[in-house]
Amino acid sequence: MADYAHAPRPLGGSLVTPVTLLLGVLAAIAGVILLYRFIYGLGAVTNLSDGYPWGIWIAYDVVVGSALACGGYSMALLVYIFNKGEYHPLVRPALLASLFGYTLAGASVIFDLGRWWNVWHIFWPGYAQVNSVMFEVAVCISIYILVMWIEFSPAFLEKFGMRNAQRKLGKVLFFFIALGVLLPSMHQSSLGSLLVIFGQQIHPLWRSGWLLPVLYLTTAILLGFAVVVFEATLSSIGFRRPLETKVLAPLSKIMYGLLVVYLVIRVLDLVFRGALGAAFTASWEAFWFWVEMACFVAPLALMSSARARNSAAKLFIAALLLMLGGFMLRINGFLVGYMTGEGWHYFPSLPELMVTIGLIAFEILAYIVIVKKFPVLPAVQPATR
Amino acid sequence: MDRRTFFKSSLAGGAALAVGAASCPAQARGTNTLPPEALGLLFDSTLCVGCKACVAACKEVNGMPVENFTKDAYWDTPLDLSGKTLNVIKVYRDGDMAAKDREENGFAFIKKSCMHCVDPSCVSACPVSAMRKDAKTGIVTYDKDACIGCRYCVAACPFGVPRFTYDSATPQISKCQLCVHRHKDGKYAACAEVCPTGATLYGTVADIRKEIARRRALKPGEQTSFPRGKLGGKDQSYPGVAAKYIDHVYGETEFGGTQMMMLSGVSFQKLGYSNLPPNSDAASSETLQHTLYGGLIAPIVVLGALTFIAKRNVKPDNEEGGNHG
Repeated sequence: MADYAHAPRPLGGSLVTPVTLLLGVLAAIAGVILLYRFIYGLGAVTNLSDGYPWGIWIAYDVVVGSALACGGYSMALLVYIFNKGEYHPLVRPALLASLFGYTLAGASVIFDLGRWWNVWHIFWPGYAQVNSVMFEVAVCISIYILVMWIEFSPAFLEKFGMRNAQRKLGKVLFFFIALGVLLPSMHQSSLGSLLVIFGQQIHPLWRSGWLLPVLYLTTAILLGFAVVVFEATLSSIGFRRPLETKVLAPLSKIMYGLLVVYLVIRVLDLVFRGALGAAFTASWEAFWFWVEMACFVAPLALMSSARARNSAAKLFIAALLLMLGGFMLRINGFLVGYMTGEGWHYFPSLPELMVTIGLIAFEILAYIVIVKKFPVLPAVQPATR
Repeated sequence: MDRRTFFKSSLAGGAALAVGAASCPAQARGTNTLPPEALGLLFDSTLCVGCKACVAACKEVNGMPVENFTKDAYWDTPLDLSGKTLNVIKVYRDGDMAAKDREENGFAFIKKSCMHCVDPSCVSACPVSAMRKDAKTGIVTYDKDACIGCRYCVAACPFGVPRFTYDSATPQISKCQLCVHRHKDGKYAACAEVCPTGATLYGTVADIRKEIARRRALKPGEQTSFPRGKLGGKDQSYPGVAAKYIDHVYGETEFGGTQMMMLSGVSFQKLGYSNLPPNSDAASSETLQHTLYGGLIAPIVVLGALTFIAKRNVKPDNEEGGNHG
């Protein structure tokens, strides 16, 4: 069985490197800014206003952040639901990145909530308001974070030699894997549905109504795969391991198909709603729309032939562009295309940006620590074929 | 799995589905309709003289702080709704402003405060029921003790009404609640109570609609009388001349209707009120959510299918790890 050869192992090595130090400093800066925010309020550190009540802490940290954390979801869907066992070695590292991405996206909501001490109300009968899209997103993401910790726990149980618990969990793991596929399908689509109630306050280029959940879900899965390619390539370079192009090339074929499906829906929606004309006006919205579309269309060319897909560099660039496209779709929907009336402007403040950067740094730092100490990445030695 | 366990589990699954189906709400949700004893405001732009007595009274009875935007900061001068201002009078101006209630070379006043929508986005958006619409009066209220400060209501409201106090460590949403806290003393909305010309009137939506119909039936220039304060309350009416209205009552159909309605001599777009469709965004949003998640039926069915497939495809992870003891 190929899986045995790829069984995950800790990487080992020192935790203190120039990279981890830099990441630590960035995370610490974010921590100080957040302390300030909790003492003096959101207005003291952000550029939020009543015209732009949501800034990058929601649009990036939560909406984009959780979509970029869909690697675990996409791989679970592929390996366990579509039964593509050959991608199994990619599951654990993807799941780990998702675990951190989601846990941080969930935690970062607290930084943005004005009355954060009431956050438990979302889960409390009598307060919980089930018609709210936000309710669905919040509950679903919270449960998914728990499910992911359970899915990932074999890595911890293995490390601490808890064989019995590991065996017991192994018997019911299939249920948590099923939940782990269902829940992101729900909240990743709902993140798009959040925009439905904004109605005319969303620019026509992103006002896709009931197709919003479809567009957000398709791109979330696509982003999941892209992130797996991105992380696998970076891990290989960063930890000096052989490139995993042999597994990634066929994966990119699946991405290619999904990307075609997405683009067809996206363009047909614009055509049928009569919104395509807005793309040909001289406006910032049109400009950012074309940037978004370019990020989705260029990977089509980059992944079109088998030869291109076997080029690690081309694949990496395609993945990077897809991540950027998914980022743009969401930033465009939540910020660029959000029109609440004249006279309102928003660009994140430096402290706002530093918190987001610090969060990303913390995420990467935690990933490095875990793969060095716990069995996550596939072992390299036995795989000499 | 033997036959017995199979039957047992399918029975349990069937029961779960039945419970789900029974609790399934109607999926398509139309735009909500007006509550039976709906209360609201009538704002007649042609009667407003821009004295802003309503702005001052609103601040006083709601305990809201002043906002200074002038250089010497002598008095309260709010320019727009904000975390500190629940009601504001704005002015439309064009050209030499020679005549009131005229679009070209004219000016007009307009009130901004909560519209108390028949089907409010803020109530639908709020994940913790901090925004509620009273089932009887239709007044949209806010409960800061329930609120988590997510500001989805601020983002969702098509009128830009709910505002947030960003400069506080214990922030809250600010919005007009039609002075519900004064109702127990037999008082009503302060803005209507102090309005010297009756430009802002308080009353039941039924009475407001009658008053709107009466005014629209008048010929411009005709002698008539205008009530003040509360429709159906103490008679404080005064004689006046009928104005020339545009053929549009704002809040009659917009967004499924609002409980604050407005008359004007100038188009509402010029006054800062956008054209809105007759169906509410809350209805679209909730229809979508209920179609996908009504009674949790679809998620449960999908989970069942996924569990079945995953059980076949998942090889227990521990065997794999065990090989490397």
